[in-house]
Amino acid sequence: MKFTLHIWRQENAHAKGRFETYHVDNISAECSFLEMLDILNEQLVNDRIAHPVCFDNDCREGICGMCGLYINGRPHGNDDGVTTCQLHMRRFTDGDEIWIEPWRAKAFPVIRDLVVDRSAFDKIIQAGGYISTTTGGVPDANSILIPKHKADQSMDAAACIGCGACVAACKNASAMLFVGAKVSHLNLLPQGKVEALDRVRKMVMKMDELGFGSCTNTYACEAECPKQIKRQNIARMNRQWIGQMFSETGNKK
Amino acid sequence: MILDSKIPEGPLSEKWTNYKASQKLVNPANKRKIDIIVVGTGLAGASAAASLGALGFNVDIFCIQDSPRRAHSIAAQGGINAAKNYQNDGDSVERLFRDTIKGGDYRAREANVYRLAEVSGDIIDQCVAQGVPFARDYGGLLDNRSFGGAQVSRTFYARGQTGQQLLLGAYGALSREIARGTVRLHERREMMELVVIEGRARGIIARNLVTGQLERYAAHAVVLATGGYGNVYYLSTNAMNSNGSAAWICHKKGAAFANPCYVQIHPTCIPVHGDYQSKLTLMSESLRNDGRIWVPKKKEDAEAIRRGEKGPLDIPEEDRDYYLERRYPAFGNLVPRDVASRAAKERCDAGFGVGTTGLAVYLDFADAIKRMGRDVVEQKYGNLFQMYQKIVDTDPYEEPMMIYPAVHYTMGGLWVDYELQTTIQGLFAAGEANFSDHGANRLGASALMQGLADGYFVLPYTMQNYLADQIYVGKISPYAKEFDQAEDSVRQRIDNLFNVGRHATEPHSVDFFHKALGKIMWEYVGMARNTQSLTQAMDLVKELESNFWNKVYVPGSAEEFNPELEKAYRLADYFELARLIITDALHREESCGGHFRTEHQTEDGETQRDDENYMYVAAWEYQGHNVPETMTKEELKYEHIKIAKRNYK
Repeated sequence: MKFTLHIWRQENAHAKGRFETYHVDNISAECSFLEMLDILNEQLVNDRIAHPVCFDNDCREGICGMCGLYINGRPHGNDDGVTTCQLHMRRFTDGDEIWIEPWRAKAFPVIRDLVVDRSAFDKIIQAGGYISTTTGGVPDANSILIPKHKADQSMDAAACIGCGACVAACKNASAMLFVGAKVSHLNLLPQGKVEALDRVRKMVMKMDELGFGSCTNTYACEAECPKQIKRQNIARMNRQWIGQMFSETGNKK
Repeated sequence: MILDSKIPEGPLSEKWTNYKASQKLVNPANKRKIDIIVVGTGLAGASAAASLGALGFNVDIFCIQDSPRRAHSIAAQGGINAAKNYQNDGDSVERLFRDTIKGGDYRAREANVYRLAEVSGDIIDQCVAQGVPFARDYGGLLDNRSFGGAQVSRTFYARGQTGQQLLLGAYGALSREIARGTVRLHERREMMELVVIEGRARGIIARNLVTGQLERYAAHAVVLATGGYGNVYYLSTNAMNSNGSAAWICHKKGAAFANPCYVQIHPTCIPVHGDYQSKLTLMSESLRNDGRIWVPKKKEDAEAIRRGEKGPLDIPEEDRDYYLERRYPAFGNLVPRDVASRAAKERCDAGFGVGTTGLAVYLDFADAIKRMGRDVVEQKYGNLFQMYQKIVDTDPYEEPMMIYPAVHYTMGGLWVDYELQTTIQGLFAAGEANFSDHGANRLGASALMQGLADGYFVLPYTMQNYLADQIYVGKISPYAKEFDQAEDSVRQRIDNLFNVGRHATEPHSVDFFHKALGKIMWEYVGMARNTQSLTQAMDLVKELESNFWNKVYVPGSAEEFNPELEKAYRLADYFELARLIITDALHREESCGGHFRTEHQTEDGETQRDDENYMYVAAWEYQGHNVPETMTKEELKYEHIKIAKRNYK
């Protein structure tokens, strides 16, 4: 297969970016999208015409959350429920033009080309995306009974890989799905109840502080999430946000 | 070199208790005066840093990715073992210990493995307290499944994403410590050099991968939790950035490297399909709980399948060879990984392989779907089936999966004593980066267990024994001359790489050389090895290495975000590591676990150990560039367990 690639190139955070056009040929339909970019980079290195295109990637099996490209206007491309590394060229038509961009959000500044800085997500987690336990001195695992459907719901939310596609998909660059998923994962479990309301408050406030936008309920995040995290997580978080406003711990700022 | 494994006195089951009772501790007020560096944020690194931070130590943690949550522990699918005996099926600490020793083909250290089994239950408690959403049954209790090499169900799991959930648990604990200020996170940093002052590990030089700047970090102790070196084979189930360099750098600074030839080849991976391929994807071992592995009984059927004239559904039941069930009736499809991998290779080499290349076998769920219904199968393995379908483009509910073995895990690693301290004082190694618990073959669902055992429950104790007298030395200065020297040597190494490409007449990319190295290693140092293949591999690697140093082209500069440069310096280390793997494989004239020497096999093709001559850990010591390494033996003494032939029939 043959493709024309328009790729966003930007030397560093402060440089002005632009699209550059490249051509690749002889691409197998079984090839993954990132392997296609490997082939392009090999070409660029061999021809010494340009610096290889920088893009984040690691596990290449859809779980680490490191990769994330905006492909033809969709985060992770035109296949549902997959990350960029799991997207295969058989999803394209021979001769296609493909536009490749980085995540675009104020809270995710570009580092180079298609690589962005997502450390804002880590900061949100540090604000309260955990259950406060130290190592040791915890009860036996089976002493905490958790109804299967609760554990399943929690697991559905916990499947989030923190890739940032939800933010990239959102016209407001809101991180509500990411935060809602973490809040749901923990707050649905009995272990997470103790800090539940405090958690919502701290995480939401940190999210706002870091420059993520507000949610206007278009659900582009849900549509583009590679792990198909549900928008119900946002609703659950909103309910708890309101709950914390009336709670004792919530008012303690 | 003298290897002192520091195994505590007393009966096996009391060693750890005795150790903890008599070890030295650091008092709470002094803990904050002690600096610790942890390299790596996988299960071992994140859990160690979180636990040490919670105790009050001052911790700096480093990862090469953009976030600690990306470490490759995240990709572990199937589960984590623990001797909880929740199923009342006869499990115990003793049984988990025995299974692990036997699974490792009697090449692991008794005391370490027993401790691992002892703390395994605490890990599950810890993870549940952190909010890890393990699978539950309808009564709300934890569910278990079986894994290879065990006859009990002791594996805890969170769908097919157990590694992810455990890592997110540890990442949560780590994030909490970062928020409390006991741990400082340094992301997108790569350890480039270990700084040793007066024989003790005192810091690291890290490269900021965004700016290319070299940075100095000083500490009283360094923990290496940087994973394994499976990517020396280029194609493996490891992540693209997983690499062996940090461990190799420590080795060159004096840390002994143990059993490098023990590499685990996982039986159930999606087969290779093309030259452009960058990695192999694992299909969890848990699939062997319900999937049945087979190839056609008749060669002509296999040939017809390879030509595309027949499909798996055209082969009637009586013409299928469920070779694992046939050869190993007691364990069937749940034999350990090394056994299952070799059996697949044996069938394919004999001409019964399927797929277009003939290098694949079937993993069939038709019976399971008939027995439990599609819904249950989907609930148990849905995400794995989806992953398979996305990659291969066939529906595993309708047609059996095709699988083939691939490099997955390295049992070898930095030599550590009972305290997980390497042969450099103050340098500790945890998780896959050390060698200690899995012998010559790791059992499924034991890597997660070991990583978390080391980080949560071993290092927070044993490191204090070392750190207790470090309160007297004061702050370590990053301006010491040893830091200058270390930084200069890093700069030199990077310059050398750029220089090659400037003068090369026929330059090649880093990947070109890495792929070539991988092919040599897979072909000659893979699932089956012998004197001839290994000798040949050594010549080929040396030749390729010299080509690399004459022809590799690294674009850009050192002072920028430059992934090609990262690949280049990691590959330079892989060449040296590859030579040590081959040397070790050549010296070990026996077959054990993942190390299969074709000269040493029984009549029916099983591994033949030589306990009389090789029941030891081979610890290699670096002697200088291109100087043969020297080997010191740590004799393995089995005082508790009775040594037997490893039999899964």
